[in-house]
Amino acid sequence: MLQTPSQTVGPYFAYGLTPEQYLYDFKSLVGNQLVNPIDQPDAITISGNVIDGQGQVITDAMIEVWDAQNKLFGRFGTGTDPKSRFIFHTIKPGSIDGQAPHLSVIVFMRGQLIHSYTRLYFSDEDELNEKDVVLNAVPQERRQTLIAPKNATGYEFNIYMQGEQETVFFEV
Amino acid sequence: MSDLTYNLFDRKVQPPYLAPDYKSTVLRAPTKPLVVIKQSLSELTGPVFGEMHVGPLDHDLTKNARINGEPLGERIVVHGKVMDENGRPIPHTLIELWQANSAGRYVHKVDQHDAPLDPNFLGTGRVLTDADGKYKFYTIKPGAYPWGNHYNAWRPNHIHFSLFGPNISTRLVTQMYFPGDPLLQYDPLFLAVPPKGRDLLVSQFDLSITEPSFALGYRFDFVLRGTHSTPFENR
Ligand SMILES: [Fe+2]
Repeated sequence: MLQTPSQTVGPYFAYGLTPEQYLYDFKSLVGNQLVNPIDQPDAITISGNVIDGQGQVITDAMIEVWDAQNKLFGRFGTGTDPKSRFIFHTIKPGSIDGQAPHLSVIVFMRGQLIHSYTRLYFSDEDELNEKDVVLNAVPQERRQTLIAPKNATGYEFNIYMQGEQETVFFEV
Repeated sequence: MSDLTYNLFDRKVQPPYLAPDYKSTVLRAPTKPLVVIKQSLSELTGPVFGEMHVGPLDHDLTKNARINGEPLGERIVVHGKVMDENGRPIPHTLIELWQANSAGRYVHKVDQHDAPLDPNFLGTGRVLTDADGKYKFYTIKPGAYPWGNHYNAWRPNHIHFSLFGPNISTRLVTQMYFPGDPLLQYDPLFLAVPPKGRDLLVSQFDLSITEPSFALGYRFDFVLRGTHSTPFENR
């Protein structure tokens, strides 16, 4: 049988997919707290912008993250933060399947007829990152687009849809 | 010996990233080739949802947001099956849906279309497939609405869907259209799908599920990426 074709999430996904975040009267399936930062002293914050081909911040993207090691899933839209960031509260995963610690990231937005897969790796895992099969499949000059620098509260991960810093997206 | 691997997106039916007639793809479509990687546990696992994630009225959009009466419009019942490419049903998987009201207006704050909101209709719901991969929900037929893509652009009637399937590589976000809609031939989103895939996005009127004196029935099946076996690599 043929796969059902994908279509864009469009500009109006929020009341269906991220209702509580956008203050609609419908219970959210999941939010951006993969762990509760109050009871997790090692919680980290992951945040970033999604940026278009003219360097403009995209305010109607939806980002999903999957931590396969801890089986944690989150979803957040870029339409509510004053800086139009996506923000996740989670813990840093360990290695899984012989790979360096990473989060799987799925990107949806108006203007994407089909979603994009990328990965977030951590800048303080040099040793494991250097041996990672997936990172090594990426041309060296583009590898940095997948490695999130550490900041005071966690990691910053900007997703560039196009341009010189275009994020690496995967066929998986 | 073999490993189960999930098929990749089938480009014979899946839309491309860049479809210039759909203007907002131009600055948002990745331009560099996708990097092919071997599926690992990261891709072959995903979130699991169940009954606890679905409220008692989430399968009935005609009831889940009533304030002082029934929503206006044509009541419909949509049913179908979620399967993989090998035709195997996918049981107990979550479907999320959202749509415009019968006047073609979304509850979303960004929607500025000058058509009335319906106080008794939110336009979003959730449903789980049963043990045979079947689902069913009630709603109001969504109206067409104008959008800014080009002069006199109107989206055909549609319902938005989000499905998970067994892992993150089977994730699908799509839209279901209605049979015979004259706007389909002008819609850049629908037309971005290769011709071979377009019919798969159009539901079928189904008299057998139409409920007498109550609701028209439509059938729409979802086919998520399936598996094939690949020989074990020497490790
Ligand atoms: Fe829509």
